[in-house]
Amino acid sequence: MASDVKHLEITLETQVESVNLAEEMCLRVAEAAGFGEDDCYRIGMSVREGVINAFHYGNQERADKKIHLAVDLTADKMTIHVLDEGAGFNLADVPDPLAEENLLSTSGRGIFLMRAFMDEFDVLSGKTGGAEIVMSKKLPAPGSASPNGQGGQSATPRQEA
Amino acid sequence: MSLHATHRDAGEVTVVDLSGRIILGDGSALLRKTIRGLLEEQRKLILLNLADVDYIDSSGIGELVSGYTAVKNQSGDLKLLHLTKKVKDLLQITKLYTVFDVFTDESIALRSFQ
Repeated sequence: MASDVKHLEITLETQVESVNLAEEMCLRVAEAAGFGEDDCYRIGMSVREGVINAFHYGNQERADKKIHLAVDLTADKMTIHVLDEGAGFNLADVPDPLAEENLLSTSGRGIFLMRAFMDEFDVLSGKTGGAEIVMSKKLPAPGSASPNGQGGQSATPRQEA
Repeated sequence: MSLHATHRDAGEVTVVDLSGRIILGDGSALLRKTIRGLLEEQRKLILLNLADVDYIDSSGIGELVSGYTAVKNQSGDLKLLHLTKKVKDLLQITKLYTVFDVFTDESIALRSFQ
């Protein structure tokens, strides 16, 4: 892979369709960069969750606000930025979806999934005043990309009924 | 791929065969509509067949949980059948695999409602 930085950015409307559009765009970049099938799934899911977060929590589903998506591809990793135009939030204030009292919550798993599926994850205060999610995944070593990929969290399987 | 849902009765149990992606938008909405519709018909024992569902996002997970809670609140039960690997992994990392009853055999799943 070339050592130069490839940069791609797009401004998305605050609408449900933007979630699929962002996922598809990032999946194409990830596949072209050499990520395996499982890593592509994790990247695609993380992008979905980042844009859902911007759509729903950041921009409050307001059509007059935008979602800014950027992808940086370097020799060693793919970094994705999702910036909304909301009020921002503190990562420490996000409830743990694995806590017993939150297990049956119908929302609040997006941040957890992005953290689980990406190698690096952070939420910054963006230039719009909103939240900027920054997450990255290391590129597979040349010749090592496997259909099963690597990374993400694992869990002990429960015995099935 | 959008979500498709059909359902069939197996005695007191309704088996809902789902295919596609349960994601933000139409997929989650269809799952909600299907489960709420069954509850309105007093079909409170529901088995979701996820054999052809290979993708669920956090919105879809939320809808599964919402459906589970709605059914339980009406003294019914909602169980899952034939999880694909990705869906199973997702339920495991979110700890929901410990909440739902999950089956790999439909006849065993149906008997479990008795």
